Amino acid sequence: MSETASDKHIVILGAGHAGGRAAEALRQAGHKGRVTLLGAENHPPYERPPLSKELLAGAIAHEKTYLHPEEWYAEQGIDLKLGANAVGIDRKARRVALEAGGDISYDALLLTTGARARRLPLPGGNGKRVFYLRDIADTLALREKLTEGVRLAIIGAGFIGLEIAATARKRGVAVTVIELAPTPLARVAAPEIGEFLATLHRGKGVDLRTGLKVTAIEDTGSEVRVLVEGGEPVVADYVAIGIGAQPNVEIAQAAGIEVRDGILVDEFGRTNDPAIFAAGDVTRHLNPLLGRHVRLEAWQNAQNQGIAVAKAIAGSGAAFAEVPWFWTDQFEVNLQMAGAPDRWDRVVWRGEPTEPAFTLFQLLEGKVVAAVTINNMRDMRFARMLIQSGKIVDPAALGDKAVKLQDLVR
Amino acid sequence: MADNDAWVTVAERAAIADGEMKGVTVGSQEIALYNLKGEIYATDNLCSHAFAFLTDGWLDGEEVECPLHAGRFEIKTGKGMGPPIPCDVKTIPVRVEGDNIQVKVAAS
Ligand SMILES: Cc1cc2nc3c(=O)[nH]c(=O)nc-3n(C[C@H](O)[C@H](O)[C@H](O)COP(=O)(O)OP(=O)(O)OC[C@H]3O[C@@H](n4cnc5c(N)ncnc54)[C@H](O)[C@@H]3O)c2cc1C
Ligand code: FES
Repeated sequence: MSETASDKHIVILGAGHAGGRAAEALRQAGHKGRVTLLGAENHPPYERPPLSKELLAGAIAHEKTYLHPEEWYAEQGIDLKLGANAVGIDRKARRVALEAGGDISYDALLLTTGARARRLPLPGGNGKRVFYLRDIADTLALREKLTEGVRLAIIGAGFIGLEIAATARKRGVAVTVIELAPTPLARVAAPEIGEFLATLHRGKGVDLRTGLKVTAIEDTGSEVRVLVEGGEPVVADYVAIGIGAQPNVEIAQAAGIEVRDGILVDEFGRTNDPAIFAAGDVTRHLNPLLGRHVRLEAWQNAQNQGIAVAKAIAGSGAAFAEVPWFWTDQFEVNLQMAGAPDRWDRVVWRGEPTEPAFTLFQLLEGKVVAAVTINNMRDMRFARMLIQSGKIVDPAALGDKAVKLQDLVR
Repeated sequence: MADNDAWVTVAERAAIADGEMKGVTVGSQEIALYNLKGEIYATDNLCSHAFAFLTDGWLDGEEVECPLHAGRFEIKTGKGMGPPIPCDVKTIPVRVEGDNIQVKVAAS
């Protein structure tokens, strides 16, 4: 990576979580050259997890989500350009074109364009009473509507949908969640965990309807009707949609960067152009621990891949190789999940789903490939170590709370 | 006003083994006590990032790792050890008196 010696101009495209941490890490790694951080939003880089939780609840000011105050970037010699939407990359000339006109030349380009909320491809999916939740502006717009007694229909029982449901309930909103799959979180978690969350939400007064297909959203002018196949429409004041995220790959794709549902990169964030790197939600990256490429939508990946790739660009990089890790907060439950298993052949409970705290392990051929902790964060550190070690473990010991997890790691 | 700070007994010395930690509450103050190779240290227990008690996390050598997002602090100084930690946590004066651990807090 000698082509990016320390006096080079590094442009980071996407001033989100990964981009912000990458800019910081470049300076930490001793990069002396110019750093430009381009962001389409009007906020400096921020953490998104609080959006559907504390910010939507009205418990914090939006500035609390910022990685650093806006002034910090100038102090670090980072040229942060906000409201700067990039529209093209000229790889030959090594220039990024801005929507507002003009362009910026780079020696190395880091793409951290993240992802956007997937739109519901159905009639009415973009109506005035329909909300998506990806950024601060989305959150503040939805929050304004969530007042006591309002009826909210949520489409999709993934993490975002369930978090919106939990926060809305806290604000006294009547919530109906509509999910196509038979359990929540079918895309990412073991069905046992989906069941657990379904029970939690129903217990808190969420009307959770699974196995139900939405066909259209009708705005009557005073309310919305969510039409479902073979059932009564769900009538509400507003609709929030959480049906996944879509990586912002178009600008890279148009420039001939290799894309496969995510910008394809190796464990150093390198694309097929030696001057162009990528990190965060937008990547499909090689995870050496898993031995395959993954696309993740998670805070840990944004922060730590952003840092790792920045260091690689600065010439001091080690491979980004971590067990994928994610968390969510819903009502009084902190759920953490490690691993990205595509299959497992048995589960082991450490505690019962009826207890206030427990851990569920997913095993494949005797090895732990994933773990979910419910209000049991201390187990998570050792669960991650167990997954990383690839050790064959005794399921009986794993499920026995009298056996310390750290003793199984050794 | 005279010096309002007071030493308050918060735990028995024997309650925290080497390499362990314990959270205590004094008034409205949440305090983390640590035993590093026989020496007792104390810091604020609330992580400076979001909302979590450090004593629910993991003591690793001379650092404590937050259970929520794995941010780290150096126990002896309270220094935040990089992202996502935005600022240090306060260290709190602590001493062992006989069989007891005492911290110095502002009397209210
Ligand atoms: C509501 C919500 C809750 C979440 N909760 C959790 C959670 O509890 N736990 C967890 O682990 N993860 C959570 N996540 C996921 C986590 O926030 C993301 O994985 C993370 O934000 C990804 O960071 P990123 O930098 O890759 O992308 P982003 O944070 O999306 O940043 C990308 C930035 O690039 C900008 N951009 C894109 N294209 C251009 C362009 N052409 N020109 C200029 N700028 C551009 C975008 O405007 C955006 O600001 C949550 C996400 C959301 C939306
Ligand atoms: S709350 Fe401690 S690292 Fe986030």
